[in-house]
Amino acid sequence: MSKKKQKEPKPYKKKLIKRRKPNRSIAGDIGLYLFLALVAVAMGFPLVFAVSNALKPLDELFMFPPKFLAQNPTGDNFSDLFVTMGKSFVTFPRYVFNTVFITAVGTAGHLIIASMGAFVLAKYEFPGGKTFFKLVTVAMMFSGYVTTIPTYVILNNLNLIDTYWAVIIPAFAAPMGFFLMKQFMEGIPMALIEAAKIDGASEWRVFSGIIMPNVKPAWLTLIIFSVQRLWNDSAGTLIYSEEKKTLVHALRQVQGGGIARQGQAAAVTVVTMVVPIAIFIMSQSQILETMASSGLKD
Amino acid sequence: MKEYFQKYLMLRKHNFQVAVKKAKQRKMCYVFLAPYAILFTTFIILPVITSIYYGFTYYNILEPARFIGLQNYISLILEDDIFLQGVKNTFMIAVITGPIGYIGSFLFAWLINELPRWVRTIAVIIFYAPSIAGNVYVIFSQLFRGDAYGHINAFLMDIGIIDTPILWLVNPDWMLPICMVVILWTSLGAGFLSFVAGLQGVDQAQYEAGYMDGIRNRWQELWYITLPGMRPMLMFGAVMSITQSFGVCDVTMTLCGYPSTDYAARTIVTHLYDYGFSRFEMGYASAIATILFLMMILCNKAIQSLLRRVGT
Repeated sequence: MSKKKQKEPKPYKKKLIKRRKPNRSIAGDIGLYLFLALVAVAMGFPLVFAVSNALKPLDELFMFPPKFLAQNPTGDNFSDLFVTMGKSFVTFPRYVFNTVFITAVGTAGHLIIASMGAFVLAKYEFPGGKTFFKLVTVAMMFSGYVTTIPTYVILNNLNLIDTYWAVIIPAFAAPMGFFLMKQFMEGIPMALIEAAKIDGASEWRVFSGIIMPNVKPAWLTLIIFSVQRLWNDSAGTLIYSEEKKTLVHALRQVQGGGIARQGQAAAVTVVTMVVPIAIFIMSQSQILETMASSGLKD
Repeated sequence: MKEYFQKYLMLRKHNFQVAVKKAKQRKMCYVFLAPYAILFTTFIILPVITSIYYGFTYYNILEPARFIGLQNYISLILEDDIFLQGVKNTFMIAVITGPIGYIGSFLFAWLINELPRWVRTIAVIIFYAPSIAGNVYVIFSQLFRGDAYGHINAFLMDIGIIDTPILWLVNPDWMLPICMVVILWTSLGAGFLSFVAGLQGVDQAQYEAGYMDGIRNRWQELWYITLPGMRPMLMFGAVMSITQSFGVCDVTMTLCGYPSTDYAARTIVTHLYDYGFSRFEMGYASAIATILFLMMILCNKAIQSLLRRVGT
């Protein structure tokens, strides 16, 4: 009787901490979590400070000794900013439209044009391809400041100065997005493309139906990079007409308004940073989505 | 000699014919690449070549450029002490923030990758937000203000470490370290995001194969499986961090002023900006840009060859 009992296997006990992977020690995990938390606090601190600054009433901004967090948070700075912008000779919605238009068209065009080029460079070999790619990587390293003048001359010859296109079209050619797409597309197995071709897909179909869905994380990353750059582009040298100027340009003028505008300036900082961060938050879940289920693997 | 030359010509001709044949077979490649290639040539290559040419001229934007040979480069290297100071500062910044930012952003991306989903989401947002937030780094000039109103000074005086405020952004001793901290804060981003996306693409089956083959800890896993699996993203990140860390100028100009005390925070790009847009000596500025360009290309070559050794 007792012998039988001993032989019975122990009931399966669930482990207290689920190990998701082998090769991981719990102590190491805890250490890493702590380390990450510390760095995260350090990274987040200035942003929290920027927001809290914008919520401070003017007297608190110049309080002595300075307080890190707003004591009586108000939205006054934001409503003041709105009043200031409302008094400007070009209306506030117009500035918003300008920026949104430039950002949206520039990003969309850049995405399509760059991915088309990146696709053939990543997946096919053809004369001149490698050289072109080398040029792209090298061109990223030339300082943008000195090319301002030649770029201006070129845009002027194309009659694009003082139009939205002066910002949008050069944005199509940004090397960074191209480079990024090419690097990601290299990971797609050639077999997938060949299979599609045997099934009778045209090159365009391969590109739009197979390649693009499979590199979704890459093009979302590209969208974020591009939106961030265009949104913060004040385009002061390329667009003169006040009614075509961007939101950031208008907001920076408020920011330069001296001591009386300090509160509004803090609000401007928050307004300009909120939009790219919001877009990022919306799309990041897609970036983090694993590619494992997409049929990408051999 | 003549024979050799003829043979060489024949070889070239043959190679060319092969290339043309290949090109004909792959016509669609050129169609796909054409829109980007045209835009890229007009808006990037052409301006870059023009600027390199301006580097050999005296060009003040108003008068036509006058060719002066290597004069710009000679005076840059032999006579311009402030430029050399700028080179020194840029190297200090690049050597410290470049590798730390690059390795740091990879490590964070890698560590975050294993976390549960919601933690990962928050972590990615926190790490990436600073670099996407535009010119929020302006906020640091309030944190590091030189008088007792500055938050860092107020805090340090409050707990009694110092009794007079430190002029953080005016004192040459403090400028560079503070700029480096701010640059690190802003520059963790671009590489980080592509690493996060790249880590998703590493094949899970390879990890399982690795466990079978006796990979013992997370570091071996990192070196033998993860890193080789995302080499394209590593290269992308490297190029990004080179362009960022050598191209530093906005942060130092906003925080430490332009010009900064004793030129202690002057970088190559600040110097270029000074000559190009304050003194209107575009030729000289273009020469500076060309030197910076060459430095970055060399650095890129070195890093790419290092990356090729990863995982072996």
